[in-house]
Amino acid sequence: MKSKKISLLAILCYVISSAVSAQENDLLQLFNDNKPKKEYIDYAFKSTRVIMSHSMELLKPGTMDFRILHRFGNINGGGYELFGLDHATMRMGFDFGISRNFMLGIGRSTNKKEFDGFLKYRLIHQSTGPHSFPLSLVVVAGSTLQTLKWNDPAKKYYFSDRLGCYYQAIIGRKFTDRISLQVSPTILHQNIVPAISDPNDIYALGIGGRFKLSKRISLNFDYYYRFNPDKQGETLNPLSIGFDIETGGHVFQLHFTNAIGMNERIFLSETTNDWGHGDIQFGFNLSRTFQLKKKK
Amino acid sequence: MFAAGTFLRAQDKFYTKTGTIFFRCTKSPLEKIEATNRSATCVLDTKTGSLQFAILVKGFEFERALMQEHFNENYMESGKFPRSEFKGQILNNNEINYTKDGVYNTTVKGRLQIHGETKDVETIGTLTLKDGKISASAGFSILLSDYNIHIPSIVSDKIANNVNITIDCNLELFKGQ
Repeated sequence: MKSKKISLLAILCYVISSAVSAQENDLLQLFNDNKPKKEYIDYAFKSTRVIMSHSMELLKPGTMDFRILHRFGNINGGGYELFGLDHATMRMGFDFGISRNFMLGIGRSTNKKEFDGFLKYRLIHQSTGPHSFPLSLVVVAGSTLQTLKWNDPAKKYYFSDRLGCYYQAIIGRKFTDRISLQVSPTILHQNIVPAISDPNDIYALGIGGRFKLSKRISLNFDYYYRFNPDKQGETLNPLSIGFDIETGGHVFQLHFTNAIGMNERIFLSETTNDWGHGDIQFGFNLSRTFQLKKKK
Repeated sequence: MFAAGTFLRAQDKFYTKTGTIFFRCTKSPLEKIEATNRSATCVLDTKTGSLQFAILVKGFEFERALMQEHFNENYMESGKFPRSEFKGQILNNNEINYTKDGVYNTTVKGRLQIHGETKDVETIGTLTLKDGKISASAGFSILLSDYNIHIPSIVSDKIANNVNITIDCNLELFKGQ
């Protein structure tokens, strides 16, 4: 008797539930293939640079990023120097997004009249879903060329003396919508260095990250630890801290830094300013992206 | 008997996974703000007139990559709200003869979910029946402010709060999966 009651109840439940489902009738359920799909994680940083270093982000294919970078003089120059604003150096650069995983760029800095160029390739793109990988791996190869007149006319210089190059692997992860971090082992080679005791090859580890304060503003930091700085200890590790501010078509990067120069060669080998002494400079980078090739 | 039941029910359903949804919220003639999603899922139950759509927000393609980034990151927050859905009803479904080719005007009413907010929408559209296939199209407009999508004043001269949406779907008979 009891079992009969239970089965009756079960039938009743079934009838009610099927009636309800017929009314709700979620048609999309039929096609809601719950198979998770692989999805790439993008927009770890607002621009292709953290502040001074390459970020794990690449330009989208068909776009050109026109970058104007400014660094002013030392803030502790005081009011006479308008806190460094009287002195400015700049780098103008053009970066191009070639394909989803490849970009390149060229630039020229006023400091030492130096050209630089780089190739940047993404080997692994952070993703979720099946066959995903939790990190992005991006490699950068860059080269620099000084065109300043040689200071010692008596000495014989070679063209190769003007050259430097750097290789970098960027391992990064966008942890949340707000937080992204990356480390970048870097080798810098210079064909000629100021003193005989200075290393021609500098090994460094870059650490960079961002914390998004709002949809359009993020706080960024960018630091390099050098394993073999010059023996005299005249140069220091570069550290930059600043804000990325995104307006419609521009990204402004306002920051404070002790780094001298705006390419990898110079900020890794010639940074003499010390945060501890207040030798900091104000700088701002302006990035404007143009769509060269329209989709479709 | 159960199997026969499902079979019969399946005969009433038409679907596509490659429906097109286009939107435009251009305000200034200088900057075209529009995008297309070509992978909308749409299901129509001809028996009940129930009509449903689902899209992945990330699937909208813009001419300019930066616009697409801002769309996903700043406006739609597609990481947080990956899907948009519409669940509605063809109000005059009994006036449509699904066994006869022709063009039928429809009135559709339902609930549209965008950016985590759900609102009622009603629009007129057409169903075109030909050779056992149905093409559905409709156009309507919504207000971004209804869906908690805020336009900062710096771009308010470029982005219109009023968004025009057009839908085009070619539906085929669902034969079960």
